[in-house]
Amino acid sequence: MAQQITADIAANVWKVLVSEGSAVAAGDTLVILESMKMELPIEAESAGTVTKLPVSEGDVLDEGDLIVEIT
Amino acid sequence: MMESLLVANRGEIARRIIRTARRLGIRAIAVHSDVDAGLPFVNEADEAVELGPAAPAESYRNADRILDAARRTGACAIHPGYGFLSENASFARQVEQAGLIWVGPSPAVIELMGDKINARNTVATAGMPVAPGTPEPVAGEAAAIDAAAAIGYPLMVKASAGGGGMGMAVVHDEDGLRKQYAAVSGFAERMFGDPGVLLERYYPDARHVEVQILGLADGTVVALGERNCSVQRRNQKLVEETPSPGLDPELREHMLAAAVQAGKAVGYRNAGTVECLVYGEPGAQSFVFLEMNTRLQVEHPVTEEVWGIDLVEQQLRIAAGEPPSVDLAALRPHGHALEFRVNAEDPVRFLPGPGMITTWTEPAGDGVRVDAGYAEGTRVTPSYDSLMAKLIVHADSREAALARARTALASFAIAGPKHNLPFFVELLGEPSFSDGTYSTALVTRMRAARPRT
Repeated sequence: MAQQITADIAANVWKVLVSEGSAVAAGDTLVILESMKMELPIEAESAGTVTKLPVSEGDVLDEGDLIVEIT
Repeated sequence: MMESLLVANRGEIARRIIRTARRLGIRAIAVHSDVDAGLPFVNEADEAVELGPAAPAESYRNADRILDAARRTGACAIHPGYGFLSENASFARQVEQAGLIWVGPSPAVIELMGDKINARNTVATAGMPVAPGTPEPVAGEAAAIDAAAAIGYPLMVKASAGGGGMGMAVVHDEDGLRKQYAAVSGFAERMFGDPGVLLERYYPDARHVEVQILGLADGTVVALGERNCSVQRRNQKLVEETPSPGLDPELREHMLAAAVQAGKAVGYRNAGTVECLVYGEPGAQSFVFLEMNTRLQVEHPVTEEVWGIDLVEQQLRIAAGEPPSVDLAALRPHGHALEFRVNAEDPVRFLPGPGMITTWTEPAGDGVRVDAGYAEGTRVTPSYDSLMAKLIVHADSREAALARARTALASFAIAGPKHNLPFFVELLGEPSFSDGTYSTALVTRMRAARPRT
């Protein structure tokens, strides 16, 4: 089952730590967002493979934008 | 006094500095990013220059663009506020080289105090107690274990390239150190490209107490009391007050004298803050130096309220080579003041929540002051920190100030972004806050005691 993680709030993409095709474990930090001078780590809820990663460092995200999909 | 002042900052602090400049008849020049064009500080300045896009590197942190704005507007002086370029020695140097007045300490002092190890050595030489720790990054796990044995547990394991509360862990014994040394070092390498790790004694139930100093134009250094800033989340302050409740009077005198001594030792000019940690039971308290901030602090208004002076005015007078507006040696504090940082963040987990402000109604009345950076119809963007406003209350006693805070919080109305006003209401009901015995562990303890949402 695909796991889609979206942005809870407006934020900037600070670091992207994985790429499409990466194998990840539950709890791995995938992307770090930055909003209001605070880093917000985005973690994998379950193990899988990164199948979508439409963001890159420096992107500006709105609430609800897709950050990563894990299958 | 200077004819004009460019304020190289934004939000509440830019507005607050502009207010004093205009009161003194100084032409106030704002600089701003495109997204901040509609904020009150831009409208209230005599002139405003747009620097560029929202990203700080293209606006508030861009020295070239700010100096260019100063040239074009014929500014005589630059006030950096806090954050951004305020503790950037090379910017201060550029300002002075451009023939402008820098409202702050000399570039050499900013540089000295900005380096954690130099600052520590300098104040220690001047007679201030410092926390035991490694003077440089430790060379590997074995060296860390040896150093830890000499310093004593508990310890803070810190990424030397870290900052803003990232890359830090507390350890209580050698096993913990082995685990965290590898974790922090690995994290630091991935995150900052530098695996260096420092060790420092950790004080679990300490209070954060800081001394406000002013280095005057004639070389005198004075202390204007202290502030307790122990209500913190993620090592960032939420509430500050003066005088500090539960501080031993002799310790307070010792801290103030040591801060003045440290200021004199470096030839400090203008406003500065010496941050310390106070630990131990009342009657047997000790303090250690934490760091020195070579700028105006966010929480300066509590000092202004009890001492009855305008600190920004004193900063401008010192920068212009003039004496202070009043005889500071004869000044006595009156009453008690507290500041609440009204942030665009949720009141439970303190996660940021920017957005358009649809309602903004400030409390008013005797002993109530609001320093706000935003207004109804303006937008809080993700580009900057979450501080929207500061609510400051002042009264004859701490008890009366707390009562005033309760009333003021109840009549503060904000809608749109998330905000932390409910947290302050909760805090006022917290026994250790009411009785003044709280430490920096307070907020963590409050959140551990309630279910996660």
